[in-house]
Amino acid sequence: MKVKSMKTKKRILITIVHAFLSVMAVIWVFPIFWVIMTSFRAGKGSYSTKFIPDEFTVGNYVKLFTDTGVFDFPRMFMNTFIVAVATCLLATFFLISIAYTMSRMRFKMRKPYLNIALILGMFPGFMSMIAVYYILKGVGLTDGGLKLLALILVYSGGSNLLSFYVAKGFFDTIPKGIDEAAYIDGATRWNVFTKITLPLAKPILVYTLLTSFIAPWTDFIFAKVIIGSDAKYYTVSVGLWNMLTKENIYQWYTPFAAGAVCVSIPIAILFIYVQRFYADGLSGAVKG
Amino acid sequence: MRAKKLKVKEFPDVITVRESLKKGDLATRLSCVIMGAGNIRRGQVVKGLLFLAAEIIYILFMIVIGSGALAGLVTLGTQTTQEVFNESKQLYEYVQGDNSMLFLLYGIATIFVTIGFFILWRVNIKSAYAQQKKAEENRPAATLKEDIKSLFDKRLNTTLLFLPVMCIVIFTILPLVFMICMAFTNYDRNHQPPGQLFDWVGLVNFEKILDTGSGLGYAFWHILGWTFVWAVAATFLNYLLGMIMAMIINWKETRLKSFWRFVFVLSIAVPQFVSLLVMRTMLQEQGAINVLLQNLGLIDSPLPFWTNTTWARVTIIVVNLWIGIPFTILQVTGILQNIPAELYESAKIDGAGPVTIFFKITLPYMLFVTTPYLITQFIGNINNFNVIYLLTEGKPATMDYFNGTAGKTDLLVTWLYKLTIDFNDYNYGAVIGILVFIICAVLALVTYRRTGSYKDEEGFQ
Repeated sequence: MKVKSMKTKKRILITIVHAFLSVMAVIWVFPIFWVIMTSFRAGKGSYSTKFIPDEFTVGNYVKLFTDTGVFDFPRMFMNTFIVAVATCLLATFFLISIAYTMSRMRFKMRKPYLNIALILGMFPGFMSMIAVYYILKGVGLTDGGLKLLALILVYSGGSNLLSFYVAKGFFDTIPKGIDEAAYIDGATRWNVFTKITLPLAKPILVYTLLTSFIAPWTDFIFAKVIIGSDAKYYTVSVGLWNMLTKENIYQWYTPFAAGAVCVSIPIAILFIYVQRFYADGLSGAVKG
Repeated sequence: MRAKKLKVKEFPDVITVRESLKKGDLATRLSCVIMGAGNIRRGQVVKGLLFLAAEIIYILFMIVIGSGALAGLVTLGTQTTQEVFNESKQLYEYVQGDNSMLFLLYGIATIFVTIGFFILWRVNIKSAYAQQKKAEENRPAATLKEDIKSLFDKRLNTTLLFLPVMCIVIFTILPLVFMICMAFTNYDRNHQPPGQLFDWVGLVNFEKILDTGSGLGYAFWHILGWTFVWAVAATFLNYLLGMIMAMIINWKETRLKSFWRFVFVLSIAVPQFVSLLVMRTMLQEQGAINVLLQNLGLIDSPLPFWTNTTWARVTIIVVNLWIGIPFTILQVTGILQNIPAELYESAKIDGAGPVTIFFKITLPYMLFVTTPYLITQFIGNINNFNVIYLLTEGKPATMDYFNGTAGKTDLLVTWLYKLTIDFNDYNYGAVIGILVFIICAVLALVTYRRTGSYKDEEGFQ
């Protein structure tokens, strides 16, 4: 008797849990669903009384890609893409260099470096942003196409370099014995770095490449400060944000949704691919 | 004291500048004045000439630009823009005055160049002494080729770190010093270069901001209070609820585990500015949520999600849950699975219920392991610009906070942004930045230093 009642109790609990998860899933997916629906909605404006539009259209996508007078979305997309590719190559090179040195080499300035990195990371990021803008302006990197170069430099050489701890944690887990065996065989440190450590560190390489590729697509504030109102060099985030200003929102709300979908899909795919490294990397670093 | 001794032991063959000067011969000591002399004397001609070239370039730089820039750093400009009567053309002309901002920037840049040169000068002396020591031991000096080789072997750290460190200096440290300096000037909306000058004022800005009596101080303390409430609520609610969600998904009876996880990860995968902007429009007076609730007949008039202070603050925290819970799920899932099963078994045998188990076993274990994560989250939330700016831009607006420079949901960082970008009060912005830094640094140093992973870095290698 008792066993049976416990079983039903458990079954009820299981049902409740699944019902709860379903409700949560709906809440979490709802905004995403809503953007997708909006991107196919005929008609303008941000206020809609219906969730599933009366009339479906791909007009918003067509407008987004062809009506390039005010907002040149293809151009924004290319701008961001160029910046993202350059950033991910440069940033990965920098980050991996720092992480490897900090993990494998022992030199006098090592602990000070680690501490300085920690301290610098505690300043609010855009406290320096405005100053960076003036420095870039001072050396003439804020005119025309050089703005994009400035963005690349800032994204790859800026505060992101202080977050080398994830990669360092990964290098820490590669046994040192492998290196030492190679040294005995006469390998130089450079050989060990390029021929042994880097191939072993493929997951963290991919992780770093992808995260630094994603950053320019999602960053909004730095791009806004550096690019200003120069529509030719908008990145997608600045462009999409500008579509929602008071003057533009009525005309551009539905194309905004279309643009958001176009940007989000590739980024989401990349992110979902990255996230397994993400969880592993962190739990690995903390376990130590 | 003890730490210092240990350091010396760790790197026994390190040459110090003091030792070099004490035991150096003529050529080594000559290197103090004529850089590279020691290296040339021992046959390292190229290296020596490079040192010498650096010295000449630095001296030329100082004569042409540097000394003027340093003087400018002290005065921050003396000449305002003014109309001057031009006799030959018989008309008034505007004469461009000094630009205090550029003076400050160039002065700081000169100091950085000087520090860089000083480091090079030390390297030069040490290198000279090292060659002298080698010569005394009758070992040949390294050739240029060997030097370059060692940059890829023993001294690979120098090679690998050179570019990144340069970047950090230029894009992080130099701007920070620049902004920190502004905190000690009167660079506000009434002193805008070019055209007007600003000058050093000492600690006046700090006094104004910390003084509860002034309008600025009133705004600061109130915004600081909300920043803390926000950071605590955002961090711990996200953490607790996210952990509970992760445990529900991990529960052995839950079906479709990877599907649920996927759903949550999906919401992180969408760029934040997209999801936040969408949330903002959805929660507006005529937005989707209000329309839905009205259509269902649950409410008569639209809910003031963004227009009422309390509503706006609560809404921000709730929306942030939507953003933050998936992150927590991602982070803690792996760690949750690492909790030794025996702990749970023995607790069950002792008759503990699920609630007791959660508070007595799961939570303490998780807190122990994830303290560094929590601290970074907390600091991240104090500095959480995106959520606030993209959701409300600090609104609802109020005139209470320093003549409307901040709204009721502004955090210190968004206020900093508005003060500098919208209102040109660079000095106050800089002071706020420094204060935020101090708060974060104290919090972090106190906790980081206690965690095992900092103290015992090599423990598991």
